[in-house]
Amino acid sequence: MVVSTKMALDGAHAAARAMQQINPDVLAAYPITPQTAIVQTFSQYVADGEVDTEFIAVESEHAAMSACVGAAAAGGRVMTATAANGLALMWEIVYIAASMRLPIVMAVVNRALSAPLNIHCDHSDSMGAREAGWIQLYSETAQEAYDNLIQAVRIAEHPDLLLPVMVMQDGFITGHGLERMEVLEDSAVRDFIGTYKAKYSLLDIDHPITFGAWDMYDYYFEHKRQQTDAMSKAMKVIVDVGEEFGKISGRSYGIFDAYAMDDAELAIIVLSSTAGTARTSVKELRAEGVKIGLLKPRVFRPFPAQEFVDALKGVKAVAVLDRSISFGAMDGAGPLFLEVCAALFAAGLKTKVVNYIYGLGGRDIFPQHFAQVASDLQDITATGKVKSLVSYLGLRE
Amino acid sequence: MPKQKATWKETNIAGLVFEPGSSAEYHTGTWRTLRPVHDMEHCTHCMLCWVYCPDSSIIVEDGRWMAFDYDHCKGCGICASVCPAKVKVHEHTGKEGKVIQMVLEQD
Ligand code: SF4
Ligand code: SF4
Repeated sequence: MVVSTKMALDGAHAAARAMQQINPDVLAAYPITPQTAIVQTFSQYVADGEVDTEFIAVESEHAAMSACVGAAAAGGRVMTATAANGLALMWEIVYIAASMRLPIVMAVVNRALSAPLNIHCDHSDSMGAREAGWIQLYSETAQEAYDNLIQAVRIAEHPDLLLPVMVMQDGFITGHGLERMEVLEDSAVRDFIGTYKAKYSLLDIDHPITFGAWDMYDYYFEHKRQQTDAMSKAMKVIVDVGEEFGKISGRSYGIFDAYAMDDAELAIIVLSSTAGTARTSVKELRAEGVKIGLLKPRVFRPFPAQEFVDALKGVKAVAVLDRSISFGAMDGAGPLFLEVCAALFAAGLKTKVVNYIYGLGGRDIFPQHFAQVASDLQDITATGKVKSLVSYLGLRE
Repeated sequence: MPKQKATWKETNIAGLVFEPGSSAEYHTGTWRTLRPVHDMEHCTHCMLCWVYCPDSSIIVEDGRWMAFDYDHCKGCGICASVCPAKVKVHEHTGKEGKVIQMVLEQD
């Protein structure tokens, strides 16, 4: 039976609430806008005795992730949260956490990287970390941010994976936007995640062990191969956990959220909160007879290449929207576009794909932008020609 | 420890090491380009080289200098630098200088 309470929460408080119910052994974090509300709220839970967590208030994000690595190597269930420059400051240890195969779960409230200084949403922070070896889940709403965090614990700790997971939500838009959502009972969350018994622990003095040892050219390569193998097993685990989560919440999760895709000839691909605007626009365009659909990936790492190929079969033209730029990439495209192109090319699909960069530094995106995208896609299918591979939405040209 | 040259499927996850002190099995001496050589006759057994060697590669028994551990000596030359004892004609190099001198590894 699903028992849940309807509440009005913003994304940051929803994430903090998930963390309170997860009740991790250790949480080490440093405040940074727009993530601050997560650790601030969580530290209140600590002060009020609502969790058993050892909260480590550190002097920087580099220290936060270092403390997480130490605590996870000691066998703890460990969480943290960050955004933008905080994630950038963690960088070195973000890679180390993944390579040491430590199932740390981190909430990321997406924010533009400096400079110029900006605290608003784009995906440059987490997209920059896309090669770090973390599983990446993107959330559209506070509800999804909450649900994804709970699932992330199970995904990260799965014995086939032992990989850290980042759960993203859009800064301010989701992070600070109040939303009606459902919170599960504490017991339901705790039963779902179970207790964590690390296979290897620094505190297991009967079985002394060295983590992060020197690894030369004669073994480093083999360990990287293992790491990428674990990542290749993640998709199945993510799908299984998403289905199981549906049983306790009534909300099942897969790799995508597909809207109006069944007979779609045109498709829009976009991550996170913008999918909400996109869905409304697709609905309006459908009412006007445009055969357009929306594909919102929830999983970016591992990249669901085959799943994209399957989902886009029969589609004639695709627009991929990116909230970050891969500077110096082909035509200055965004990372989501590049990966979609690679997946379709490798599968031999000749689908026309174009890229739109939008929303940098918190720039709003409106339904008329989607109308423009749809009209561009119609031109492409009519003429067979792509006028502009990478375009900008909402930019003063 | 995994067997020598384990495949990626066999090797320990994340390079974990399950045996304490197993770094002794890793022969860091293979990196050496310079090799310390010692003149036993003129050694005063002052143990300064033993104190300073960063890789514990001076083997000592009963307070007396015995040998270099060439499996782990990385050839840094610190022992040769700190050795206070002088020789006119070194047992190995034939040169005037210290009791520990550095020679090219391939010589
Ligand atoms: S050369 Fe360096 S490593 Fe080798 S014995 Fe001398 S001090 Fe030790
Ligand atoms: S420092 Fe020189 S004299 Fe002293 S023990 Fe070492 S080799 Fe002998």
